[in-house]
Amino acid sequence: MSRAAHPGKRPLDILAALKSAVLAALVAFGLFSLLIGLRTDQGPTGALVLTERFGELGAFVAVAFVGVFLRELLLRDKRIDIVRFVPPVVTAAARRIIPFVGPALLVFALVVPVMFFHNRYLLDLSIQILTYVMLGWGLNIVVGLAGLLDLGYVAFYAVGAYSYALLAQNFGLGFWICLPLAGILAAFWGVLLGFPVLRLRGDYLAIVTLAFGEIIRLVLTNWQSFTGGPNGISGIARPSFFGLPFTDGEGGFAATFGLEFTPTHRVVFLYYLILALALVTNIVTVRLRRLPIGRAWEALREDEIACRTLGINTTNTKLTAFAIGAMFGGFAGSFFATRQGFISPESFVFGESALVLAIVVLGGMGSQIGVAVAAAVMLGGFEFFREFQQYRMLVFGFAMVGIMIWRPRGLVATRMPSVFLKERKIVAAEFVAEGRG
Amino acid sequence: MSAQVATTTVATAVPLLAVRGVKTYYGNIIALRGVDLEVHDGEIVTLIGANGAGKSTLMMTIFGNPRAREGQILYEGRDITHMPTHEIVRLRIAQSPEGRRIFGRMTVLENLQLGATIADPARFEEDLARVLRLFPRLKERIDQRGGTLSGGEQQMLAIARALVSRPRLLLLDEPSLGLAPLLVKQIFAAIRELNEREKLTVFLVEQNAFHALKLAHRGYVMVNGEITLSGTGRELLKRPEIRAAYLEGGRR
Repeated sequence: MSRAAHPGKRPLDILAALKSAVLAALVAFGLFSLLIGLRTDQGPTGALVLTERFGELGAFVAVAFVGVFLRELLLRDKRIDIVRFVPPVVTAAARRIIPFVGPALLVFALVVPVMFFHNRYLLDLSIQILTYVMLGWGLNIVVGLAGLLDLGYVAFYAVGAYSYALLAQNFGLGFWICLPLAGILAAFWGVLLGFPVLRLRGDYLAIVTLAFGEIIRLVLTNWQSFTGGPNGISGIARPSFFGLPFTDGEGGFAATFGLEFTPTHRVVFLYYLILALALVTNIVTVRLRRLPIGRAWEALREDEIACRTLGINTTNTKLTAFAIGAMFGGFAGSFFATRQGFISPESFVFGESALVLAIVVLGGMGSQIGVAVAAAVMLGGFEFFREFQQYRMLVFGFAMVGIMIWRPRGLVATRMPSVFLKERKIVAAEFVAEGRG
Repeated sequence: MSAQVATTTVATAVPLLAVRGVKTYYGNIIALRGVDLEVHDGEIVTLIGANGAGKSTLMMTIFGNPRAREGQILYEGRDITHMPTHEIVRLRIAQSPEGRRIFGRMTVLENLQLGATIADPARFEEDLARVLRLFPRLKERIDQRGGTLSGGEQQMLAIARALVSRPRLLLLDEPSLGLAPLLVKQIFAAIRELNEREKLTVFLVEQNAFHALKLAHRGYVMVNGEITLSGTGRELLKRPEIRAAYLEGGRR
């Protein structure tokens, strides 16, 4: 009877806790007996030598046992609840700050090269982050808005990069001419991918786009005479400041403006270039969302049949989503080529697609600021966890799992309606669908 | 005024919508076994039938999804059997599909904007005001997400969304599904009002046979993918087999 009266102060049920702990230990034993308990090394003769590591195996099983035992005893019935750690006052304050986060981030992005002019490492990292912000925003059109799961986005990044490299090398065209061309070519490939997958959705679409990404990479690797194969293309023209090259001496950028020459000038220029490109992507996306085509994308994500019964041409809507998403991928690709000065198929592996997709999902599909934050968190995280060396990916994986448990709809999961009558009401995270576009 | 004239069924030479010998298959399974029916300008026509009779399939077949394998669908005498769905909509046929299918994550206003896809954007404000007058409840909910509306409100939204584009012919698939009797009454009253005031032609698929037949000028009964009976709403309501199968089956 007293149990019902005080549900919080239940007597410690040691037996039940022991039972769960033994079960967990058994599972741990099953899992780790081969993974940890046995190890094979190459012996001096080349044959494999088997070593047993029962001590380590025992430690893992013991950790599982003790961990589950303690959890059952102490934390039973208590969910880990974010509200418990963050008082409502903080949440309310955060809500008021939210509208200023975007502009504040923008101002910060603008002054980064000034603040960190002498920190080359940080500048390079920032450029990389911004590249992924741009890729994330581009993919967001396809995945976040139109709800078409694209696992081969890196293909368009590759098309953009190779377009610029090949056009610059073979025809001597400059960056500013190649940039729109690269975008157009990538958009063309986007449509080309779009056609065969028009009827597909969800898992099937994901598989075909995945294959498409691999096909592009394999073609780039094997078409030696055209793309240089696995050796890639080197000596790609660097961008100039509207005709002024970033070189030492007469006619260079530094000499013209009476500055002391430093290679950082180019890095800063690249930084502002990618910042501008990323902002263009963002502005275009935000504007498109308010136009009928953007609304049609979002409606397509929600319900394709309903779209058709309202007179939306779903074929064209999907193709434009693929084309515009691909175009921004192409822009980012040609920036990548001019920044690196060297490209090879190795830069366009599936991992890149997965990373960009992870940024979009982590950012909360469809959220612009979320993607920017997620890109910074992901790439910053990679750098931050570098000191963990081989455990880097493990730690990173745990962090991702944690985010998916506590913020299952992404870091910024709210959705702003694109039209409203009196005031703009944020759609709360609870109402944003999970795991769907 | 002229509203009275519009309600009386005048069989014009060319029906607004004519379905002739339509057979639809899902793979190898036949769903419609040769359906013939007509909807004339200014009429409310209802199609009643049990679960799985093929009512919704017919509704979707008219919209070209799935496509009829045999037979013809004529709109104002024009063959639309092989037209893509989004072009059929441009002929000013609107549909509120089975299961409402509103866009849950988008606001009521955005849903209505999507409904106006084929309409003249310059007239959107006017069209919006018109449907909001018909369903004042939606006005209160205009900035709310579609998915947070109650079932009845969602049904209203689905109908309103189909109406913003100023259709000539409105196809309604089970507007009373899952709604309280009072709400069903409201929705049916709205349909009648649209028909009388704006001369909107309505083709209504219903399980709620009593209400549907009372509302409709004419009705068709579908069993197993075939039309078995037809007549005016009043006639059908009186027929003993209809009363037994659709009206009193549950009571006695």
